[in-house]
Amino acid sequence: MGDILVVAEQFRGKVRKASLNALGAGQAVAARTGGALQVLVVGKDVGAAAQALAGYGAKAVLVADAEALEHPLAETWGKVIADAAKATGASYVVMAATPLGKDILPRAAARAGAGIASDIVGLAGDGANVHFRRAMWAGNAIATCEVTTPVKFVSVRPTEFAEAAPGAASPVQPFAAGAGAPKTKFVQFKELKSERPDLGDAPVVVSGGRGTKGDFKPLEALADAMGAAIGATRAVVDAGWMPNDTQIGQTGKVVAPKLYIAAGISGAIQHLAGMKGSKTIVAINKDPEAPIFQVADYGLVADLFKAVPELTEAVKKAKG
Amino acid sequence: MKILVTVKRVEDYESKIKVRPDNTWIVTEGVNCKSNPFDDIAVEEALRLKAVHGGEVVAVSAGPAAAVTELRQMLATGADRAVLVKHEGYLDSDAAARLLVKVVEKEKPDLVLMGKQAVDFDANTAGQLAAEYLGWGQITFASKEESLESDAEKKGVPGLQLTEDKKSLRVWREVDGGMEQLEVALPAVVTVDLRLVKQLRYAKLPDIMKAKKKPIEELTPAALGVDVAPKVKVLRVDPPPVRKAGVKVPDVPTLVEKLKTEAKVI
Repeated sequence: MGDILVVAEQFRGKVRKASLNALGAGQAVAARTGGALQVLVVGKDVGAAAQALAGYGAKAVLVADAEALEHPLAETWGKVIADAAKATGASYVVMAATPLGKDILPRAAARAGAGIASDIVGLAGDGANVHFRRAMWAGNAIATCEVTTPVKFVSVRPTEFAEAAPGAASPVQPFAAGAGAPKTKFVQFKELKSERPDLGDAPVVVSGGRGTKGDFKPLEALADAMGAAIGATRAVVDAGWMPNDTQIGQTGKVVAPKLYIAAGISGAIQHLAGMKGSKTIVAINKDPEAPIFQVADYGLVADLFKAVPELTEAVKKAKG
Repeated sequence: MKILVTVKRVEDYESKIKVRPDNTWIVTEGVNCKSNPFDDIAVEEALRLKAVHGGEVVAVSAGPAAAVTELRQMLATGADRAVLVKHEGYLDSDAAARLLVKVVEKEKPDLVLMGKQAVDFDANTAGQLAAEYLGWGQITFASKEESLESDAEKKGVPGLQLTEDKKSLRVWREVDGGMEQLEVALPAVVTVDLRLVKQLRYAKLPDIMKAKKKPIEELTPAALGVDVAPKVKVLRVDPPPVRKAGVKVPDVPTLVEKLKTEAKVI
């Protein structure tokens, strides 16, 4: 039985939290198959990221560190991942289904002649026969899938897997892999900095829809009071009111925080697909018939411009 | 510039999707189908590129015979030709990618434009797989910042920019934390995201009539020498977990009380 190779994602030398969920998924697969866990880190100057991953019981943390690998390009990172899968004799190659994972892992799978189950939401099957659950039709159906090739590539939805449990220390080893001759090159990155917690990590998400009419100030005040991340619907992002990486939904981010507060959001299926896994859902909407109330644990029919500031004050008082 | 655009026939995303009682698939009888909305964006971008650079736009679909409807729609919107690779039944992303590769080898386009994902399987892999099989560069989640009201959008300026030497494309894409710009040598595969195009054009009646005369070439996987056995098999389909019904609260103080004592989240 081959090893389980988990590919970790790092940004500016720091491991992305989603990779810890991918590592958790890798541990779950390893527990089923009896294979050993291995970790791969790719990039430039990623020694510290590799060390951060060396405490989870993996057989080894492999580090592909090179100038040519500084920017994540599907051709270069995809080649390194396929090379590492071959070198380790991995049966499973696992990565978080972040925008980067979605871009790169399929390329690696094709290079390895392997099938890929993307954005999986759970494991299924029996014992060493691991099958994968995938959300289809905007989460209206959950398919149980089998990857029929001997090597199986899997990208995982980070919100559906617990973070990796700490384990024995792993040796950190360099993995020499050429970047190949990519036909793509990095030009520039326009960063949109935010002081707020990352949508993928935050225990509380405050989210706004068309009902905000573009005025997110009340939601920002609530998010400040709660230390929350801010999300938005597609309509809001399309209108240019909020940046693209705040979009929550079928084709945007999928989040599952402890508390999701949806203000001025009607609750289209495509939006629900991105947040209905949240533990507690609060909906605030003027329209009592809004579909969002069907998934909300607590629904308040009210004008968000009155209710949200009231909620902010109450939260501040409750926190003392 | 010769552009190949993929079009997938999918269940209308506004429809109510139900799982079959025998869990083999979803109920498709009586469910409306249309073109994948992301592919509509790809076609619009292709037409904008053609308006600026000249050339030809060819729409290609791999799927059931009924997909001829979606291809006619694309011909009416402005595509010059269409190709249907007919296959009834399940095609996984890998099979679709390998069929696309065969069509690319026949058509020899400069650019393959595809929606980033189809809203039925939500896999987001076919473009990337095809790019690797072709040995081409790929850029996924192509987007742009210009708003609906911008001059560029009003003039139908394409989001993908051809470089001066016409040998590469510069593309902005949506990533975590901002926007990234990459350059890819042609020929290339580009998958498109929601905001690459802010306004789709709609076919006018004269174009719909003209489209009836535009050719749709029909091929089959066997004729293309492709084995469409899936690498990802669907064993069963289940409905999603159901959330417990919630309650309406009359005011904010009640909401806060419940969040504190019941849900214990504040």
